[in-house]
Amino acid sequence: MQIEPRANVSILRAGLAPIAAIFAALVLCSVLIAWAGAPVIESYFLLFKGALGSRFAITETITRSIPLMFTGLAAAIAFRAKFYNIGAEGQLYCGALAATYFGTGLIVLPTLLMIPFLITVGALAGGLILIVPVLLKTYMKVDEVVTTLLLNFVILLMVSYLIEGPWKDPMAMGWPQAASIIDEGVLPLLMSKGRLHFGLIVALVAAVSVWVLMKFTVWGYEIKAVGHNATAAEFAGINVNKTVIRTAMISGGLAGLAGVSEVAGLKGYLTLDISPGFGYTGIAVAMLAQLHPLAVIPASLFLSAVYVGADAMSRAVAIPTYIADVLVGVSVLCVLVSVMLTRYRIRWR
Amino acid sequence: MDLLEIILTTGFWAATIRIVSPLIFATLGELICERAGVLNLGIEGIMTMGAMAGWMWVYQGGDLWTGVLFAALVGGTFGLLHSIFTVYLGLSQHVTGIGVTMFASSLSYFIYRMLLPDATTPPKIIPFKTYAIPGLSDLPIIGEALFTQTPLTYLALLCVPVVWYMMYRTPVGLAVRMAGENPVAVEAQGIDVLAIRTGAVVVGSALMAVGGAFITMSAFDAFFFGMINGRGWIAVALVVFASWRPGKALLGAILFAGLEAFQVRAQQVAGASIIPYQFYLMLPYILSIVAMIIMARRARYPKALLVPYRRGERV
Repeated sequence: MQIEPRANVSILRAGLAPIAAIFAALVLCSVLIAWAGAPVIESYFLLFKGALGSRFAITETITRSIPLMFTGLAAAIAFRAKFYNIGAEGQLYCGALAATYFGTGLIVLPTLLMIPFLITVGALAGGLILIVPVLLKTYMKVDEVVTTLLLNFVILLMVSYLIEGPWKDPMAMGWPQAASIIDEGVLPLLMSKGRLHFGLIVALVAAVSVWVLMKFTVWGYEIKAVGHNATAAEFAGINVNKTVIRTAMISGGLAGLAGVSEVAGLKGYLTLDISPGFGYTGIAVAMLAQLHPLAVIPASLFLSAVYVGADAMSRAVAIPTYIADVLVGVSVLCVLVSVMLTRYRIRWR
Repeated sequence: MDLLEIILTTGFWAATIRIVSPLIFATLGELICERAGVLNLGIEGIMTMGAMAGWMWVYQGGDLWTGVLFAALVGGTFGLLHSIFTVYLGLSQHVTGIGVTMFASSLSYFIYRMLLPDATTPPKIIPFKTYAIPGLSDLPIIGEALFTQTPLTYLALLCVPVVWYMMYRTPVGLAVRMAGENPVAVEAQGIDVLAIRTGAVVVGSALMAVGGAFITMSAFDAFFFGMINGRGWIAVALVVFASWRPGKALLGAILFAGLEAFQVRAQQVAGASIIPYQFYLMLPYILSIVAMIIMARRARYPKALLVPYRRGERV
């Protein structure tokens, strides 16, 4: 078996790769659905209907996709620089912690200032927590995957301590949750019905901003250069360490925004379950988007639809909801192969 | 009870050895993979899979030892998946590993829920019983700590010299280590680098899965969600801490398990309970990071770690 690079990669093939991967993942997961004794086509139809079948379902799918857009962007920009930030889950909670700390009455500003303020502190918190892993990576060659993963556990325990201890809301009937975000800081709803909130606008602006950053600025060029070949980038006069650190800050900041959006937008207060693994699913989003910032939008909508739809499907036919997580994991693996096949050909001999 | 007194109790040492067993399997498994040049971040998911598979085998009426074997087999299969992606297709070891972890852990939960749809309280199996080694278990302190454990713990401790011997005293071990340092030289010897790496990842993953199985079949008697709880990632950190040596891996793992056993006991000591329990639970994760920082300067990564090998390609 020989793997050879293709001379030219057609845009059509590159664009179809993630779609082919999704299709392959659906086919592979249908084995599990069949094992569960449910009719495959009908189950997928139920999933589709549960995610997009009604006005309510559609807004729910879009609402669920907001944190995934942020964490997807976080992974996309970091992976571009070959900085494997797997800590989006922890950075999300850091953003949520910052929003809770500043947004529950410590500082009171008019809405027009309060929301940008919370967004800023949330992003800063998410970025700053990455300082340790990124410095370890750039100056001591410690693998960032392990450090960012381990930090996730530390941060979650920190959140658990704060909402069970000093930050516990005495009005919450004993539930471990922090006090509510003050009215000035709550992200407004976009529609009178449903839960869709202003976080969507922030996420879309973030996606476009990252796209502009990557495509039209020197920073973006440097990020891509470092990711492509760090040695060559260094040789060309790019400060590799500085670029990696900067990328990490942006990545962490984006993940932090997911936390702000969930706390100040969706829930209104901090709990330990604001994220059912959005940080990890963000990696799948980024991979399906082939690390393209604008493609993160449809990719996050798709995976959000899978989660929302799987809930509905498992209620209708007896399939465990974990099928959604399996589908996400399988699509990560499938997209890796399908993207590779756009760039290389396998020759059997 | 004083904090210092804790270290002198037999219970502390017995707990340390109990906690260290899954870490030994996992760390050795990761070590074998990395020594061959493949970072296996599928470890967390493979351990979850092993924990589920071994437990489920026994729950469905299987025997304990064949359960361990089954867990190893399942783990090896996921290792094969990982190596097809990283070794044969040369895909990113980081992303593949995360993908394997996501796939394997969610699949474990799916299968568990599928086979036991309405289990609200986790059902139990009869796990491995402790077996006191005659004679040796009568020794003071270490007798009870080291020689009154379950057979799976003895297997873990036995794995250390076996892996060491395999890696440093056999031609296969040499080939594995060379595959991680200088794959071209391996190829020049007429040995198939891809096969060696695949073999190492499969064996390593099987060990990881046994580590997972230890948790459901020896340490506890049930499978529940989030059970592995980052032990896989800690093992990855321990490999760096051990600078890729089996002996040092054992030492590092014991150090960690000791701290873990210590914190559980320290929480009960008067005065120490002022500190909220979450901070005690953070310790292993923070220490893993600290351990990596300490050893990073001296760390000598296998040279070809993370580098895919393609036959006939110039380096």
